[in-house]
Order: sequence, then structure tokens, then C-alpha cells
Amino acid sequence: MDKVRITIDGIPAEVPANYTVLQAAKYANIEIPTLCYLEEINEIGACRLCVVEIKGVRNLQASCVYPVSDGMEIYTNTPRVREARRSNLELILSAHDRSCLTCVRSGNCELQDLSRKFGIDEIRFMGENIKYQKDESSPSIVRDPNKCVLCRRCVATCNNVQNVFAIGMVNRGFKTIVAPSFGRGLNESPCISCGQCIEACPVGAIYEKDHTKMVYDALLDEKKYVVVQTAPAVRVALGEEFGMPYGSIVTGKMVSALKRLGFDKVFDTDFAADLTIIEEGNELLKRLNEGGKLPMITSCSPGWINYCERYYPEFIDNLSTCKSPHMMMGAIIKSYFAEKEGIDPKDIFVVSIMPCTAKKYEIDRPQMIVDGMKDVDAVLTTRELARMIKQSGIDFVNLPDSEYDNPLGESSGAGVIFGATGGVMEAALRTVADIVEGKDIENFEYEEVRGLEGIKEAKIDIGGKEIKIAVANGTGNAKKLLDKIKNGEAEYHFIEVMGCPGGCIMGGGQPIHNPNEKDLVRKSRLKAIYEADKDLPIRKSHKNPMITKLYEEFLISPLGEKSHHLLHTTYSKKDLYPMND
Amino acid sequence: MQAIYEKFSEENINKLKKVINQLKDTDGSLIAVMNEAQEIFGYLPIEVQQFISEEMNVPLTEIFGIATFYSRFTLKPSGKYKIGVCLGTACYVKGSAMVLDKLKEKLGISVGDVTGDGKFSLEATRCLGACGLAPVMMINGEVFGRLTPDDVEDILKKFD
Ligand code: SF4
Ligand code: SF4
Ligand code: SF4
Ligand code: FES
Repeated sequence: MDKVRITIDGIPAEVPANYTVLQAAKYANIEIPTLCYLEEINEIGACRLCVVEIKGVRNLQASCVYPVSDGMEIYTNTPRVREARRSNLELILSAHDRSCLTCVRSGNCELQDLSRKFGIDEIRFMGENIKYQKDESSPSIVRDPNKCVLCRRCVATCNNVQNVFAIGMVNRGFKTIVAPSFGRGLNESPCISCGQCIEACPVGAIYEKDHTKMVYDALLDEKKYVVVQTAPAVRVALGEEFGMPYGSIVTGKMVSALKRLGFDKVFDTDFAADLTIIEEGNELLKRLNEGGKLPMITSCSPGWINYCERYYPEFIDNLSTCKSPHMMMGAIIKSYFAEKEGIDPKDIFVVSIMPCTAKKYEIDRPQMIVDGMKDVDAVLTTRELARMIKQSGIDFVNLPDSEYDNPLGESSGAGVIFGATGGVMEAALRTVADIVEGKDIENFEYEEVRGLEGIKEAKIDIGGKEIKIAVANGTGNAKKLLDKIKNGEAEYHFIEVMGCPGGCIMGGGQPIHNPNEKDLVRKSRLKAIYEADKDLPIRKSHKNPMITKLYEEFLISPLGEKSHHLLHTTYSKKDLYPMND
Repeated sequence: MQAIYEKFSEENINKLKKVINQLKDTDGSLIAVMNEAQEIFGYLPIEVQQFISEEMNVPLTEIFGIATFYSRFTLKPSGKYKIGVCLGTACYVKGSAMVLDKLKEKLGISVGDVTGDGKFSLEATRCLGACGLAPVMMINGEVFGRLTPDDVEDILKKFD
């Protein structure tokens, strides 16, 4: 890479020629404030909080989009720069509904931070602001345009990363807002409920639909038996909400906190992940042996399912019919567990703690209703659980560890890795290979499907047969992969898709982090997932003794009649813009 | 798919199709196609925008963004009689806003809307160049000047 010499605030530096001024500043350890900038996703120079002075250039320039050149002299901290940034910020603040006290993002808000950093103590510009209705139409996502700073980070994420195009810029000038088209709510747009826009938003303009009130009510209701389950990716991220380092594994503390919150039983979705592998692994073998529809595509990510139903309905028959793990868990709790404990399943309230917002949508899917009951009654994101723990005065960081309850708390390492991209694939391969070869294979770590790359492909030898696999994370990457298949450029037997980039560890319900630290966050959470796998004595789903017991006592056989009734589901094509009239 | 066929004639839809096929591969042709569509159908309802979206492989949010950015595009049909009230400076000073309020009240619609029977639509316009007659309004090209709110009822009656 060619390099150029620059000086920045008097510091000489040599930086790659394709750097922006912002990148060069970072390299020289100079911090420039940003708001609309989201690395590689939204680089549009809209907010102008990052302006700098460049010698020989008359106007101040937005450093996030201005390229460096040889000999450039940059000044990031002159009175002119400071005043311009301050005015720009005040303008944004003047149009903002500044109700920090009652805002979900208070304490973790980029705008609030900037205001504090700039030492804003009054706003000189006062204008009349339009008061907008919140959009609460979606079961997963709430939009509050009054808080929106029009940075477009959500739009860029929805369009360019997820390829969904649910929201866009509407109107012009003073009336500009970010919204779905035709004044519709998100529920009547192509939105797949992935929540990636929440992770992208610097402020409190997009957040999850609250389920905490529902859960508090259930916990207080004496007639209700309240069971909670926790997804794999929650345990490697929840600690961040309490100031712990990225990648802290807090499984034991989380279980303790849930017990203190008053849940009657704390189960592990990882158990259901193991169960999913048994069902899905057998489904794959059946399709391979009996000439079923291939490639088979995993179905544990409801964001991905929503995407497939809306944008690639021709692949619906390729989807595994397995419900996602937490839904399987719900179904098992309300059947097997209820029977065993002699509880009326109608009195059981199942709560899922998930890194995901799409699961709030999923629990209401009509195809998921079993015997008139929902499998799962409420879904809390990792963030919502953190809020409940804080509200309840639990000193999370200093909690002792506790164990999950039995019988649905036992899980294997294969269940844990469901939380990261490639994990479902690896878990399935661990089991399928053992079944096919009829032995306990020792080399069961499939490095080729690990890592954060958007699309991974491999050929795996199983029992002398070559299985072609692919793994995609983020629906934008899923699109690329499916287009390849459609155009006849590639062929696979088995595909894993997770709707969020990076998989569940980076799900739309996870703690929101400083966007400049995204790479560190992803890598730390990923590493933690595979550590948690390594720490477990059992690392293959079919070796989980509780799974064996569940089949012996209740389900009888994989893909059997009971499984079909409780653990499998169907999908249907959906219009991007449903027309009601 | 293609809800447009329930709303508009095949002839008009084919016209639009032809335009799209001609312009499809030219860069920046989306606005031109939208202009043509507005000409053909008089406005750009969701069915038309969705049709353009599918035929041109452009997300609806982008089309809708353009449609709401430029004032020359309208999302609602015009009435049989298009009323435009001038809110230019001269008319405004002479009370055109009160005339507009009266129209809203009489027609029971707000600016940008059409009456339920499709007869009248109401727009606020920029200067119509008839400042000498301020305040003015225009109905299908016919100018009415030196208005007071009390004139509104009689003028509307003429079009009944
Ligand atoms: S978005 Fe940020 S600045 Fe705005 S009200 Fe919420 S916390 Fe305060
Ligand atoms: S939830 Fe996902 S699909 Fe819906 S608007 Fe946000 S980013 Fe787009
Ligand atoms: S909703 Fe959030 S991310 Fe989207 S434009 Fe507004 S402030 Fe930016
Ligand atoms: S961060 Fe550079 S213009 Fe917004």
C-alpha cells in the first residue's frame, strides 16, 4: 500500500494513501468526534461533527469522508473547528426530544456523550419541532422519530448489510424522517425484525418492544409457574452491561441473578440446541438418503426465516422444518416437563432470554401454536434482562455462580456454539459424522466453518461421502449465497444461515457497544463461545444424557410423531408490502 | 403480486412498462420513469411505486424517498376539480390563509387531500403570478381573485 506523509496537529505521520483524515487521526491517537459515521457501513459526511481544518482548503471538511494526500496539514482542534462542531451539535440537539430521564439509551447514548464531551450547557437555537407518533406496530422493534438525529446509520445497515430495505429517508428539509414507505408501520414493511438497526442507532430512536412488564407481572402472579431459559450467546455478552470486559463468560452469575429475580426454574436453551441437532441432523440424513430437497438450510434464526419468507420464498422447501431451539424448549417445557412435574401447562409461563429481537416476532407465529398454547410467552433481550437485574438491585458482578436446574439444564459444547456463526453447522457435523460412521470420532472441531467471514464454504468427508456445506451470516450474505445457487454457480448439501452478521453473538438484542470497538467486541464474544464449548465435559449433542433420557421417556425417536407435533413447523411466503384492501 | 392491475387499465400499465424497458439500463433513469408514471396515472400510489420497484429492481424505500423529496410527485390522486390556493407573499399578506381555512372547512379535507367523492382536491401553491388580484385561487386553471372567505361557498357551488 502506498503511503503519504501528513502532519496532524503538528504531529508528523505516515499513513496509507487510501486513509481518510479520520482514520489518519485515529492512527495518530487523536480523537475526532463522530455521529453519522459507521465504519464501512455509513460514510456519508452528514452530521459534520467531525470537521477539521486543512491548510489551503477554505471550508472545514468532514474528516470521515475526506481523503488524505501527501503533504497535507490537518488541524483538528482550532477555535474555528471547535465552534463549528459545537454549533452543529447544538443544531442537532435543538431538534431533539431531549427526554434523557425516561430514555432507554440514557447512559449509553452517543448524543448524550457528545453533549457532555462538548460541555453543552445551553442550546442557543430553539425551534419548533414536529411531534411524531412512535411506531409500535412491530412485535419486535419500536421506532421513535422524535429521538432520531437523521444519521442514516440504521438505513445503511438495513439496506447494505441486511439487504432488507425496510426503512428509508422520507420527505425533505425540516420534515425529513426515517421511516418505512407510505406511512406504514414496520409490521407492514419488509422488516425482518433482526434489530440490527438498533445496534446501529447512536441514540434512543430505535429499541426493542418491551417485555419486562409482562415478565414482572408473571413473576408476581401466584398461579403462574414461571420458567426461564437462556440462549447461548447471552452468557458471553451480559457482563458488558455491568462494566465487565468484552467476552466475559457469566453463565453462573446469570443463573444466580435469574433465581434471585424469582423464576421457578432456570433452564438452558443449549439443551434445546442439542435437541435441535438430533432432529435436524436426522432430517439432513433423511434428505440425503431419501432424495429430499437439498440443500437443507438451517432454521434456528427467525430473522433469517423472515427474510427467506419475504425475499426468497422459492427456498422455503429447503428450510429445515425444525423450530428454533428456544421454541423447542418451550414446547418440551409445556409437555414433557409439565407432565413430569404434574403442572397444568396452561399455568406455565415460559420466558426466553435471547440475543435477538426477531424471537419476539417468532413466538406469535400461528404455525408455532401447539394445542392452543404458545411455546414461549415472552422474550427478553440481553439488554432487557440487564435492566431487570439493575432494577432489582442485584449486584451482578459480585454474584456467586449457580447451576442450571434439571432436567432441562444439561447441555453439551455443541449447544453452546450455536451462538456463533458456523456453530450450528459444526454442532450438526459433530453428530451426523458420528451417526454415519457409527463411532465416537475424535477430530470433531471443524475449524473451516469458524470465524467471522460473511460466507464460508467447505467440503467435508463423512463416511466416505463428500458433503458440500456453506455458512452465511447476515441476511445480506445469505442473499449472495442464495443467488449463487439460483444462478447455478454453486451446489451444496447443507447450509447454515444466521440472520445477524457474526451470528447470535452480534444479535439485535445484545448489549450496544461503542461502534469503534466493534471488531474487538465480535472477536471477544466469539472467542468466549468456543472457550465455553471447550470447558464442557460433553461436546456432542447426542452424548448429552438428558437428551437420551428425553427420547427414552417421551419423544421415542427423532422425527417421530411427537417430534413432529411439538418440534417441527412450517413456513409461508410473505408479501413485502401486504395489501389489506 | 402486481396489485397495480386491480387499480389501473392494462393499456396504461403497458405504457409504463414500455417506458421502463426503454430506460431500464440507463443510469439515473429512475426519476424519469417516475415522471412518466406520474403523467400516465396522475399520481404515484403504492401500487405504481411497487410496480416500478419490481420492474426496475430498485427498493421501494428509495422510490418513496424520491417521491416525497420532490414536490412535483404526488401520492394522492387529484380531484376532478383541482383547487390551488396561493400562499405566495402577496396573497398571504392579504389573507389567503383564511380562504384556505374556509375551503378546508367546507370540503372537510386538508391540504393534499381529495374529497371522498373524488370531486375536489386541495393544494397550497406558490405564487401564481396574479399578485394584482391577491388573494387568489385557481380551480382547473380558472383564476378567482380578490377573495374573502365568504366567497368560497358560492364559488364551490359553481362546480356542483
Ligand atoms: S437519545 Fe440520548 S440524548 Fe436523546 S433523550 Fe435519549 S439519552 Fe437523551
Ligand atoms: S429490524 Fe432489521 S429489517 Fe427491520 S428495520 Fe431494523 S435492520 Fe431493517
Ligand atoms: S433512527 Fe437512529 S440510526 Fe436511524 S437515522 Fe435516526 S438516529 Fe440515525
Ligand atoms: S461523522 Fe463525519 S460527518 Fe458525521
